[in-house]
Amino acid sequence: MEIKLKKPVLDFNEGFARENKKLCKEQGVYVLDLMASPGAGKTSLILATIEELRSRYRIAVIEGDIASDVDAVKIKATGTPAIQINTGGACHLEAAMIARALKELDLEQLDLIIIENVGNLVCPTEFNLGEDAKAMILSVPEGHDKPLKYPGVFQVSQAVVLSKVDTLPYFDFVVNEFKKTVEQLNPHAVIFSLSVKTGKNVSAWTQWLSDQIEEKKLCNS
Amino acid sequence: MHELSLMMGVIDAVEASARENKASKVTEIKLVIGEMAEVLDDAMNFAFEVLAPGTLAEGASLSISKIAPQSRCLACGVEFVHDRYHFACPTCDSLATELFAGKEMHIDAIVVEN
Repeated sequence: MEIKLKKPVLDFNEGFARENKKLCKEQGVYVLDLMASPGAGKTSLILATIEELRSRYRIAVIEGDIASDVDAVKIKATGTPAIQINTGGACHLEAAMIARALKELDLEQLDLIIIENVGNLVCPTEFNLGEDAKAMILSVPEGHDKPLKYPGVFQVSQAVVLSKVDTLPYFDFVVNEFKKTVEQLNPHAVIFSLSVKTGKNVSAWTQWLSDQIEEKKLCNS
Repeated sequence: MHELSLMMGVIDAVEASARENKASKVTEIKLVIGEMAEVLDDAMNFAFEVLAPGTLAEGASLSISKIAPQSRCLACGVEFVHDRYHFACPTCDSLATELFAGKEMHIDAIVVEN
C-alpha cells in the first residue's frame, strides 16, 4: 500500500524554528544567524559589532562550535552574555538547539541576538533557526571563486561580508569578480567589504544591522 | 554531513505515518530533492543505511527523484530551467529572477506492508 506524505524533510526543524521566531518577535529581539567557514572571522566581526552597537542595543551571542568554549569566553570578556552550544561533531546548528539556548537568556532584556553558526559553508544553509536574517562572511584568503563552489550559502544570505580586505595586496582576490558572482547568485544580497583589523567599513555593516533592528521594532510597535 | 540529521527527520516521519496506518513494515521511501538543496544523494543513502536498522524502515528501498532548478524573470516574466549557478534571464539578461523550483526537500510517499 502506498501512502502519500508530501511532507517536508525539514518539518522537525521548522516547528522549533517557528517557535523561536514567535518568541523573539513577542520579546522584540532581532536575531541574526552568522555563517562562514572556520577562520573567516565570525568571532572577530561579532566582537567589533558589539563594540560599535553596545551603547545602543542590549546584545547577546549564541556560540555554536563542535567543541570548546574559547569563543564564548572572548564574548563574555566584553560583558556580553554568551551561551555556548557544543554540537559534539555536528556541522551545523538546529532550531531545537537554539530553543534551548533562548531559555537561558533573559529575552526581555535584549534587542539583538547574534548566533555564530558552526564554521561550515554547506550544512548550516538548509537549517532555519527562527532568525530574522542570515548573513555570511567570506574572507579574502579563501578566494573570490568560493561563491561558485558554495552557491547555497550565498543565496540564503541577506548580507554577504567580505572580510580581511586589509590583506588584499597579498592575495589574488579579484573583488569585482567576487561581487559579480554574488550578484548573479543572489541579486538581493547587500555586500560589505570590510576589515575588522583596520576598522575599514565596519560601520557600514553595523549601520545595516541597526537598520534591520529598527525596522523590526517598527513592525512590532 | 547534515544528511544524518535530515535522515533522522525522514525516518521519524516515516515511522509515524506507518504506525498511523497500522503498517508493520515500510518497503519503500520516495524522496523528492531539488538540485538547489544542499543535499548529497550518497550521503543520504549512507545515513539511511546507518539509521534504518531497528526501525520500521529497516530493509526499505530509498528512491530520490531530483528536481531541476527553474526561475521566473521578474522583468519580462519568462520562465526558464537553469543549472545551480546561473540565474540570469536568458531572454532579457535581468538578474532579478525568482526561483520557484529546485529547492524541494520532501518525503513524497512511502510503500508499506501490513
